[in-house]
Amino acid sequence: MVQISRLQLLAIVGVLLAGLAFAAPNLLSRATLDRLPDWIPNQPVNLGLDLRGGSYLLLEVDVDGVFEEQLSGFVDSVRVELRRARIGYTGLGLDDESVVFSLREQADIERAREVLRDYIGDAVLRIDEQGRGSITLTDEAKAERRVSVVQQSIEIVRRRIDETGTREPTIQRQGEDRILVQLPGVDDPERIKELLGQTARMSFHLVDEDVVPGVDSVPPGSRLLQSQEREVAGAPREYVVRNRVMVSGDNLVDAQPTFQDGQPVVSFRFDSIGAQRFGEATRSNVGRLFAIVLDDQVISAPVIREPILGGRGIISGSFTTQSAQDLALLLRAGALPAELTVLEERSVGPGLGADSIAAGETASLLGLVLVMLFMSAAYGLFGVMAACALLINLILILGVLSGLQATLTLPGIAGIVLTIGMAVDANVLIFERIREEVRNGRGPVSAIDMGYRQALSAIIDANVTTLIAAVLLYNFGTGPIRGFAVTLAIGLVTSMFTAIMVTRLMVVSWLRAGRAKKALPI
Amino acid sequence: MALIRLLPAEPKVPFLALRRWFLVFAMVLMTGSIATFLTQGLNFGVDFRGGILIEIRTHQPADIEELRGRLGGLGLGEVTLQEFGAPTDVLINVQRQDGDEAAQMAAISTVRAELGELVEEYRRTEFVGPRVGEELRRAGMLATILSLLGIAVYIWFRFEWHFALAALLALVHDVIATVGFFSVLQIEFNLATLAAVLTIAGYSINDTVVVFDRVRETVRKYKKKAMPEILNEALNATLSRTILTSVTTLIALVTLYVLGGEVIRGFTAGLIWGVVIGTFSTIGIAVPLLYYLGLRRSSLAPAEEEQKGATPAAASGGG
Repeated sequence: MVQISRLQLLAIVGVLLAGLAFAAPNLLSRATLDRLPDWIPNQPVNLGLDLRGGSYLLLEVDVDGVFEEQLSGFVDSVRVELRRARIGYTGLGLDDESVVFSLREQADIERAREVLRDYIGDAVLRIDEQGRGSITLTDEAKAERRVSVVQQSIEIVRRRIDETGTREPTIQRQGEDRILVQLPGVDDPERIKELLGQTARMSFHLVDEDVVPGVDSVPPGSRLLQSQEREVAGAPREYVVRNRVMVSGDNLVDAQPTFQDGQPVVSFRFDSIGAQRFGEATRSNVGRLFAIVLDDQVISAPVIREPILGGRGIISGSFTTQSAQDLALLLRAGALPAELTVLEERSVGPGLGADSIAAGETASLLGLVLVMLFMSAAYGLFGVMAACALLINLILILGVLSGLQATLTLPGIAGIVLTIGMAVDANVLIFERIREEVRNGRGPVSAIDMGYRQALSAIIDANVTTLIAAVLLYNFGTGPIRGFAVTLAIGLVTSMFTAIMVTRLMVVSWLRAGRAKKALPI
Repeated sequence: MALIRLLPAEPKVPFLALRRWFLVFAMVLMTGSIATFLTQGLNFGVDFRGGILIEIRTHQPADIEELRGRLGGLGLGEVTLQEFGAPTDVLINVQRQDGDEAAQMAAISTVRAELGELVEEYRRTEFVGPRVGEELRRAGMLATILSLLGIAVYIWFRFEWHFALAALLALVHDVIATVGFFSVLQIEFNLATLAAVLTIAGYSINDTVVVFDRVRETVRKYKKKAMPEILNEALNATLSRTILTSVTTLIALVTLYVLGGEVIRGFTAGLIWGVVIGTFSTIGIAVPLLYYLGLRRSSLAPAEEEQKGATPAAASGGG
């Protein structure tokens, strides 16, 4: 153990230099770093949201709602198609996870199969000999749909967040149907939550003007919707709206907030298909009302004064400047295929983040100095060496964190401080051993050799067991806790390296300098 | 050369003679912890209980009583307020709302609307939905149990089943005593404090392994000494190291406790307690348990014999 080969020496020095190089960017300003060429390390530590300030949102995509919607669509199809084919049925409805119905005549079974086949896509239709029918979604179809709905939702979430001008958002899938959104620098996510809180499915429908809402019963093929507009009395106005979609929001290509007669409005433009449909629908319904429906709410229901042929139009309603802007943004970004729910939110303001960094820096530096002093006091010259190793250890941790671009969080800083305290353990073990060997009458060189040799197994076992705890913390923890596990693990590895290799190099150099004639300075 | 000496060069503390007292103390500590946990439980933070936590900084020093009245009148159920490190900083805890996640979101907006212009900065907003809270609780339990078992298995491979079992029991003691610590002081128990518990397990085992390593060595060194004497010698031989490492770790942690800010103070308090309790459990529990579990010299035969599997105990212990 008192021999260090040239190769080992090179390796140790190489690691130290690399550590320094990767840690160095943390001392430079952002502007200086940007000027550095790519081939030298130019990344400072990647700070977590709890230190730099920002928001973390965990969203859940309501995929089950999509399935329910799909099934109730089948109910409508069955009703319409069987009626059109003059096939009698009873008991049509939703039962658990399937659509059920029974045919009146067993003779119609084959015909019903043929009629319905085209309308159910990849769902499974079964009609038994008694004429009892069911339509179910297969597990494969559901799984496929789940993936595509979540994927699509992520895309729309990304577009909406990009539209708000948030810089460097991270949007990723988590688990089966969750989306993790991280927004550095956004300490008030209220607006973004609002934007993500609506699916923004827009469609244009004709208003059923023969029916008085709230008085007459709503005929099949129409439904009663509330409006964002208010009656004079304050209650929301209601409209009976035809289910058939004139044009859907999918055909929109652009939407912008603007003003009309001093009122905020949203102007929009259809693609060619949308423009054609809208043109036809407006031409044949001049003088009637059409409703602009967003997420089952009528924004407004203007009169069609003349055919709208250019594919451009304006949505007016009770908008504020902000809500007109938001609606335009939502329409541009597209509709979400499913509803999103915020399951978890954590936001940290820039003030707290900066305070935490400052507190962490002070605590680490003071902790470092105190432990260095203590080690020097307890072990003399060798203690000073261990203290230097501790400083090197801190630089290495910083270097590894920056090099790997691992995220440093507040608990992560705590992990570093804890490591500062624990890192000297390996050196303490070695030094205590050396003292013992000296007491047992060994000479300096032999005592040092035995000290390192004997302490090694305890050092490795002790660190591996702690490493086990760190790895499990990483696997089960989230966000900040992972940051703690990462710095703890990195600290364990670097502290083993500095204790076993770096201090040994110092001790051996000291031995070679020939100063070990008398008692060891320990 | 050294300026300070904490201990005589070769301490002779009769630890093993005190083993009954240690175990009695440990039993009292654990019983007390469990009793407190059962009677007053843990002060779960939003992470595990679900709910809303908002930390604000106000322009003027905050009038907590007045704020409490205002926020309490919003119909959001239990709202607790506390000053958080400075007169202008207030921590607001809102209980989990009935209903789904949307109801929780609405509660955040209600609180914000009520606070209005009073607030200079929203320093922190944390909301954890009931489902996520439940998941985090489960994952936390699992992480704790798995890390204890993982550590025990590693020790079993490296040492002997006696050591693994003794270490596991000492760790269980540490975890229970730490949970008791959080329960008695009603310090908020959140994800970070759970991390503290796991770190304590890591620290404590670190300490235990060092002593075990020495026990193994000492057993192999003496052919005739009685086991209690051997264990005592191993403890004394490592005592200086045990104390030094605890002291350096405590120095770092106390610095962090004082200067690290309010957010991680509970976490650091847990770690400080853990270092003390982890050091105790090595000396007072893990090593005496080796004696009670009937560690024999034959099961720790020298390495060469062990590899051949010459002794039955070594073979069965997987050593």
